Amino acid sequence: MSDFLRSYLTVGIFLGVAVVLVSALLGLSSLLRPSKPTPQKSIVYESGVDPVGTGWAQSQIRYYIFALLFVVFDVEAVFIFPWATRLEAYGLFGLIEMGIFIFILFLSLVYAWRKGVLRWV
Amino acid sequence: MSLLASLAAQAAQPVTPVTSVLVETPSVDWWGLLPLILLAAPAMVLLHASSLLRRVFRGFYATASVGIAGTAAAFAIVQWFRVTDLDGGRGPYTTVASAYTVDGYSVFITVVLCVAVIVSSLVADGYLRREGLDGAETYALLLLSASGGVVMASANDLIVLFLGLEVLSIPVYVLAASHLRRSASQEAGFKYFILGAFASAFFLYGIALVYGATGSTNLGTIRQTLQDDPFVDGGALLLAGAAFLLVGFGFKVAAVPFHAWTPDVYQGAPSPVVSYMASGVKAAGFAGLVRVFDVTLAGQVRDWQPIVVGLAVLTLLGGSVLAVAQTDVKRMLAYSSISHAGFLLVGVAVASPEGAAAVLFYLAAYGLMIGGTFAVVTAVAGPGEQATGIDAFRGLGRRQPMLALGFTVLLFAQTGVPLTSGFFAKFGVIKAAVDGGWYWLAAVAMLSAVVGAFVYLRLVVAMFMVEDIDPHHGDGDVVAATPAPVAMPAALTLALAATVVATLVVGFLPGLLTDLAGDAVPVVLATLP
Repeated sequence: MSDFLRSYLTVGIFLGVAVVLVSALLGLSSLLRPSKPTPQKSIVYESGVDPVGTGWAQSQIRYYIFALLFVVFDVEAVFIFPWATRLEAYGLFGLIEMGIFIFILFLSLVYAWRKGVLRWV
Repeated sequence: MSLLASLAAQAAQPVTPVTSVLVETPSVDWWGLLPLILLAAPAMVLLHASSLLRRVFRGFYATASVGIAGTAAAFAIVQWFRVTDLDGGRGPYTTVASAYTVDGYSVFITVVLCVAVIVSSLVADGYLRREGLDGAETYALLLLSASGGVVMASANDLIVLFLGLEVLSIPVYVLAASHLRRSASQEAGFKYFILGAFASAFFLYGIALVYGATGSTNLGTIRQTLQDDPFVDGGALLLAGAAFLLVGFGFKVAAVPFHAWTPDVYQGAPSPVVSYMASGVKAAGFAGLVRVFDVTLAGQVRDWQPIVVGLAVLTLLGGSVLAVAQTDVKRMLAYSSISHAGFLLVGVAVASPEGAAAVLFYLAAYGLMIGGTFAVVTAVAGPGEQATGIDAFRGLGRRQPMLALGFTVLLFAQTGVPLTSGFFAKFGVIKAAVDGGWYWLAAVAMLSAVVGAFVYLRLVVAMFMVEDIDPHHGDGDVVAATPAPVAMPAALTLALAATVVATLVVGFLPGLLTDLAGDAVPVVLATLP
């Protein structure tokens, strides 16, 4: 087997050990424990006390705008990291280019701010 | 303890600086990039200025958008004289390490894209106010998409071509879904995005395979490599890559096996956006297609030509036949747009300079025609775009004769009636096919034009030769009131008038445009040593 594939062998063995170990432990405990389900055991767990209200809650849709902005700035960071490791090699040209990139995304933040999406309420 | 001591000793040593060689940055010809920069940067400024300004006069954003696109087109025209004058001027050249080419072809497509943005912006002005969606976003996205189209037309490298494709497409995905109250618009945007991303994935894989076969993504180097050794690597990798690229392009220009998105997206998206999609996006898509297949893979013509010819036939027949069955005008125009793409594919398939010139002429003429057509559809559709059936046009000839007349000229142009630009567009493509020896393909194209004529003439008949819907039926019940007069905002009237006049002028004096199209030859130059 080539060196290329050998490095993946380690990952494969690790994956296999993980699957075997977890299934063995869970399977063993499932075989050994008694199974006597009662209605009281099936209610929703709420730190030991009686549950209040229903188990379902509605997610707020306003989270999506924060996820959207997060993705934009996270990808911006992903682009900045490699440039930062070789900063000297790219010189002034690279600095100005990255500056323009960051400025464009900063403008998008200003736009989001002015459109009111950064307010929680 | 000793471990800690050794670690501390290691930390205390001075760090040897990583010796990095300064990366050589390519030379950038900023004059060549000027139309691109003039589309993209002011678009961003417009978008952010809109969030900072409190009050703007009516039509400010449309005026700004027209001004920006007009300035970019003006600079592109200046560049035309610089690039096509081979004696005194500079001639075609590449810049940014041979990744971006400035030649007559890219300048021509730049102007076509700018005109498409201008027409769409004028139509969008009244539309957005009518629908209550006013804001700078539509215009900024149109301009940014056009800048992506310019990159796509000027790309001398497959990666840059892909970049242009994405910058062209993603704003259009957003624009297709931009009518917040029509669920058809949301559906159109969603469908377009999903299928477009899928096609882009095919395109990328095609780039990867072509790179694997030729060792470079630069179009000039690829052509050079293929000229030296036409069957590098046994040929299979290159052909597979070309096939995947064709799939990606085919989706973008709505060729028939890849056309499924077109009717739904054209019907659902806001009409000014559809105007841009049919004129600008198609122009950029065909620009890339011609440059990659007709110029770069010119040596492999015998391999890809049968496939493109097959696509052209399917697209011609599929588009015109399926258009006949439609009752919604926007869907009908979508299928007719597919059949026009078939004509353009004929021009691409013949793989000759005449074919490329014919494609350019057709793109310019069609862009103007379809811009005016969708201006009329926007006006007639009414608030909420509800009146898009053929019934909306019934009796328009009597109620608003000038509007009907303008629409008639544009419909005749799309049919290919002489003395309109459409005639010379179709003539150029069919002549290129006949000159190339593809007689049967030309016959299929003409047959498709005849079938397609029914689609357009049906609207003309509805406008002029059919009575208005009688409000009172025999039993006295009011079935439908006389339709309200179609509101014609000033900007829309201007766009309609300009496109009709341009269509007629090119129809009477085609030489103006054919000479330009003939001079706009695409070149691919290899990486400079």
